[in-house]
Amino acid sequence: MGEEQQKPAGDDGVPQAMIDLRAELRETHVAEVLDTLDRELVGLAPVKQRIRQICALLIVDRVRRRLGLISEPPTLHMSFTGNAGTGKTTVALRMAEILHKLGYIRKGHLVSVTRDDLVGQYIGHTAPKTKEILKKAMGGVLFIDEAYYLYRQENERDYGQEAIEILLQVMENQREDLVVILAGYASRMDQFFRSNPGFRSRIAHHIDFPDYSDGELMAIAESMLAAQHYKFSLDGAEAFAAYIAERRLQPLFSNARSIRNALDRARLRHASRYFEQDGPVRLEDLMTIDAADILTSRVFNAENSN
Amino acid sequence: MRVTQGCFSFLPDLTDDQIRSQVQYCIDKGWAINLEYTDDPHPRNTYWEMWDLPMFDIKDPAGVMLELAACRKAHAGRYYVRLSAFDASPGWESVRISFIVNRPAKEPGFRLVRSEGPGRRQIYSLQSYAVDRPESERY
Repeated sequence: MGEEQQKPAGDDGVPQAMIDLRAELRETHVAEVLDTLDRELVGLAPVKQRIRQICALLIVDRVRRRLGLISEPPTLHMSFTGNAGTGKTTVALRMAEILHKLGYIRKGHLVSVTRDDLVGQYIGHTAPKTKEILKKAMGGVLFIDEAYYLYRQENERDYGQEAIEILLQVMENQREDLVVILAGYASRMDQFFRSNPGFRSRIAHHIDFPDYSDGELMAIAESMLAAQHYKFSLDGAEAFAAYIAERRLQPLFSNARSIRNALDRARLRHASRYFEQDGPVRLEDLMTIDAADILTSRVFNAENSN
Repeated sequence: MRVTQGCFSFLPDLTDDQIRSQVQYCIDKGWAINLEYTDDPHPRNTYWEMWDLPMFDIKDPAGVMLELAACRKAHAGRYYVRLSAFDASPGWESVRISFIVNRPAKEPGFRLVRSEGPGRRQIYSLQSYAVDRPESERY
């Protein structure tokens, strides 16, 4: 209907405006955020593609609104599913930035919470707690990590239900004030959505974060080291590649987070190795993580003992 | 009689949009925003009831407007509600801005009470017609 009424503007002899979407993209500086997303985050191709799609939709929507075409404010609530350490929080931070630059949220801050921050400990404690968090998140993005803990199906008197109800209400009524991103493991999130159909219908974008491949983890490790002015020696790189392959098979593997922890421990061993050795140390040595720092890891020992 | 106090008291009551921009101003200044309500309109009544806790780390007026809506829902037409903002930068909380955001539907005004003091001296005071009734039943 709205489109029909707006179109005559072109028929009055005013030439139909040509809209340069690229210019729009440049103007909002979203392209820069997308580029940093591409550059800084290794892998995650489906996620990046999905974010580009959302961006395209939002930019077109923005232009349409400016031209007076009626379009409902889009639902922007999202769910990020994927294993630990696949970059959900990082992407959520970028998402907040993108939405802010496109003008869909007013402030662009990210409030990251878990069940503890939303659910109270006694009757009547939950509602004020949840509201407090919601007030803080207004104008930005509320990121609920491991959202499935909100709902405990084994306990029907669990206070989580109350938090869910308040959340749903705000997600529906204040869509222009707040974007909610739920995050967690895929299988448990599925179950959560099944038992809370209200959430599923209010969330427009379900984004799945794939696990990283070994090559991608290696690239992540290198960029993490580079950020701290370290680098692998040739042997060190080889050893770390072996480490990744080995670590993946062990329990509690959490992608990039495991890599970060492994690097922290490698730095620890690197430091103590040079500390115990007599004589001066070259600058080059202080920057280089060698095979010795990695091969002493417990991960390899476990393999030997088996 | 329309009771006025605080900032903008010479202006008509602020609309929600105007309140929102005032709140944004307070947030930009880093002030904490607080809602208070009362049904005793006496000008010397400075300590009003607090509506929930002061809002310290709010980034956007929407949060404040949410509380204001809740407060109005509970007290609309029966209480005065004021919004005040506190500045903690001097090391203590000092009020920087305060204005009325909700008032009772009917404000009956004040009567002048004359009483005699020592030596037949006249003592004048103000009393709201509303306070004849007990608290929470006044408007």
